[in-house]
Amino acid sequence: MGPLFPLGTIGEELNLLIGFIIGIGFGFLLEAAGFTNTRKLAGVFYGYDFVVLKVFFAAAITAAIGLFLMNHYGLIDINAVFYPKTFWIPTLIGGFIMAFGFLIGGFCPGTSICAAVTGKIDAMIFVLGAIIGIFGYAFTYESLWEDLRNSGKMGRVNIAEWMGISDGLFILLLTIVAAVAFFAVTLIQKKVTEKHDYQL
Amino acid sequence: MERSKTYMNSYLAGILIGVFMIGAYYFSGEGLGASGALKAVVVTAVNDVNHEYAKEAHFFKARVQNEEESPIKSWLIFEILGVIAGAIISAAIAGRLKFEIGKGPNISSRTRLIFALIGGIFFGVGSQLGRGCTSGMVMSGMGVLSLSGFIGLIAIFGGGYIIAYFFRKLWL
Repeated sequence: MGPLFPLGTIGEELNLLIGFIIGIGFGFLLEAAGFTNTRKLAGVFYGYDFVVLKVFFAAAITAAIGLFLMNHYGLIDINAVFYPKTFWIPTLIGGFIMAFGFLIGGFCPGTSICAAVTGKIDAMIFVLGAIIGIFGYAFTYESLWEDLRNSGKMGRVNIAEWMGISDGLFILLLTIVAAVAFFAVTLIQKKVTEKHDYQL
Repeated sequence: MERSKTYMNSYLAGILIGVFMIGAYYFSGEGLGASGALKAVVVTAVNDVNHEYAKEAHFFKARVQNEEESPIKSWLIFEILGVIAGAIISAAIAGRLKFEIGKGPNISSRTRLIFALIGGIFFGVGSQLGRGCTSGMVMSGMGVLSLSGFIGLIAIFGGGYIIAYFFRKLWL
């Protein structure tokens, strides 16, 4: 039963090797999907390219369905995997700061790393900025951020449980929302790009 | 030229990323992260320069207490090394491996680079405060139905739509 490393089935060296291999797949797919093209990324906010939304939702839903089924059939113990604990206040504020980062900088950390190593100079500068930001945050952590970061603590919260529905029903609803969104953004993109050639 | 414009189908790429995410959870119990690796670089650098400071400062101390283990020897670092290799392989195959500056058509390269730096700083701070970035916290969090992932989703993308109007000159 999984997860294999946390439950002691595989050793540390193999685990790190698997991390490397999974990273190769992740990086390959981000690049292949066009995530190193900053204008394609920004397009999600202006309607001319929805690649971000499509890839993002397709990935999250695939993983949610797969992990739900694997947990159901006893192939993985979801309680033993990394599970982001909910601190709603800093996540909401931090997320909003990241929204500014996205609109101003045109990348997020994962996409900027892929873009930087494939020659995008703007992405190299973005990565440098992100590292400067983390340094700045680290050195002002105790005075500025620590209390805020630990506020709004809710612990380990499953959104379906929180809404009072089953995991399966939540995933079904999420899939329906995504399907409607996929359909809608395809229409929007067609309309927006009809009027103007964005030359991506 | 034509070839470099060809990208993989978005849905297919998304589904395959989902499969790799399942693999990350199944084998290693980890999500697919990115900002955590940048943090590890910062922690390692500060720890190497001044271990006494790192041992005391709240941001660093939990991550540097094990004297034997370097914070750089972590799953996330190996995953990011893989991401780097994978991106280069894909770009090489598609003929996209070249130096260039990606930007909107109506701004100068200099403006683009200044804003890239500022945006990076925002993302660096936001990812630390928000406990992860778009991949590690939001996408991987959504995969395990963590409420945190959905709050992050709404904050980053909802926030993005609210403020997009003000930054349109950069992209349109």
